[in-house]
Amino acid sequence: MTNVTDNNIITMKSVTKRYGSLKVLEDLTLDVARNEHLSLIGPSGSGKSTILRVLMTLEAIQAGDVSIDGDSLWRQGPEGSTGAKEADSRRIRQKVGMVFQSFNLFPHMTAIRNVAEAPMRVLKLSRAEAYERAKELLKLVGLSAREDHYPIQLSGGQQQRVAIARALAMQPKVLLFDEVTSALDPETVGEVLNVIRHLAKEFEFTILFVTHQMGFAKEISDRVCFLEGGRIIEQGTPEQIFDNPREARTQAFLKAVLES
Amino acid sequence: MNPDWLSLLSTRYFDLNVVVEVFPLLLKGVGTTIWVTLVGWGLAASVGFPLLLLRRSRFRPLGWIVGGFIEFVRSTPILVQIYFYFYVLPSAGVVLDPISTGLLALTIHYGCYMSEAYRSGLEAIHPGQWDAVTALGFSKLDVYRHVILPQMVPPLIPALGNFLILMIKDSPLLASIGVVEMMYYATGYSMDTFRYLEPITIVGLIFLALSLASASAIRFLEARVGRKWLGREELRD
Repeated sequence: MTNVTDNNIITMKSVTKRYGSLKVLEDLTLDVARNEHLSLIGPSGSGKSTILRVLMTLEAIQAGDVSIDGDSLWRQGPEGSTGAKEADSRRIRQKVGMVFQSFNLFPHMTAIRNVAEAPMRVLKLSRAEAYERAKELLKLVGLSAREDHYPIQLSGGQQQRVAIARALAMQPKVLLFDEVTSALDPETVGEVLNVIRHLAKEFEFTILFVTHQMGFAKEISDRVCFLEGGRIIEQGTPEQIFDNPREARTQAFLKAVLES
Repeated sequence: MNPDWLSLLSTRYFDLNVVVEVFPLLLKGVGTTIWVTLVGWGLAASVGFPLLLLRRSRFRPLGWIVGGFIEFVRSTPILVQIYFYFYVLPSAGVVLDPISTGLLALTIHYGCYMSEAYRSGLEAIHPGQWDAVTALGFSKLDVYRHVILPQMVPPLIPALGNFLILMIKDSPLLASIGVVEMMYYATGYSMDTFRYLEPITIVGLIFLALSLASASAIRFLEARVGRKWLGREELRD
């Protein structure tokens, strides 16, 4: 089971995912090093969010191998890829946290309860321990004053910061950010990016960041992948991709995004 | 002696003396009407959700069987079902007393209807909630108990309450298999005395009172849960 022979926390090898005849990921190979900050950019439908959803066990794949922190999540067999058993994928899930475009907070729980719920139910922490952890995390994302507010009483930016605290409460090694600022009002984008910037600088997380915020991607990333049509077209350091893209499709995409 | 007001106010069709005589009798039955309905409602609400989950089972044949059963129950009259449980099941060795039979019939009939109500409630849950609980690694049981049901049930209170009123009104059918409730006393009295108008009118009025009382109880519950829950105007800022 364990094959931690290299420093890669995530390995995806020849991954193919289809919806019917539509190929969302095509023979995609991607390794992510421990504590690396990787941005995935590309037009919508390029498969960048799908990569995160596969890693979070939210989507199945048809072919290829995927492993996270030495545990195999998908394994290529003679007739396509088979997923890990439920117990194994649950262990893998605990190493990965995800923040969604639409926040997906639990609307019937206060902010602190949203953060404390999974540690209580999944990690079996006592109520006091879970709330203490939640309190600290809400402080980390600057929402100590909003502990007892329901999601509907919070702005989009505040909700997304609660969602980040909720993901952190499970103490993951890998954080997946799926277009986390796309649903926000422009004036609250900054507060969410500030929290992510802080996490990237002060803590040791492996971060996969799917975004349309090119400036921010350039700032926090060690590496940037440009995807189109379910394939990685080009990857490299932020400077290479943003300042000196080699592929014509990358150039066209960046030109279109930066002009908009 | 006072003048006989009851007789003075009566007509040859509607005799208030009969009303006074039959009313205590009906009150004896109303307790059974109320508790059978409430218990049946609770049981139906409890089996409705498991029925829905079975119908949505990943094991497809089970889903089809349960789905077919639900459609069958919803498409046949409850009176036929009551007779079936009471007169047909014993030949299969299952003998139930009238009250148990009545509860069984109410539970299954309305459980099937409620599973349809639950279905609409479940489909109204934002798909992102399922992503979130998967990402956080909740067990199936915790997902339903702590995340899905608490979001699903409050908006369904009016629909579930509506079923309570329908069940109150279906409860006199149980008199047909000998459940000693209000209708049983009323028809018994009528057969002995040949007075039908007064007992049946009073039964109707008592049912009206029970239905109105349940309706306002449901509205109270709805407002209370709504206030305690979320998404109501006073919480928005």
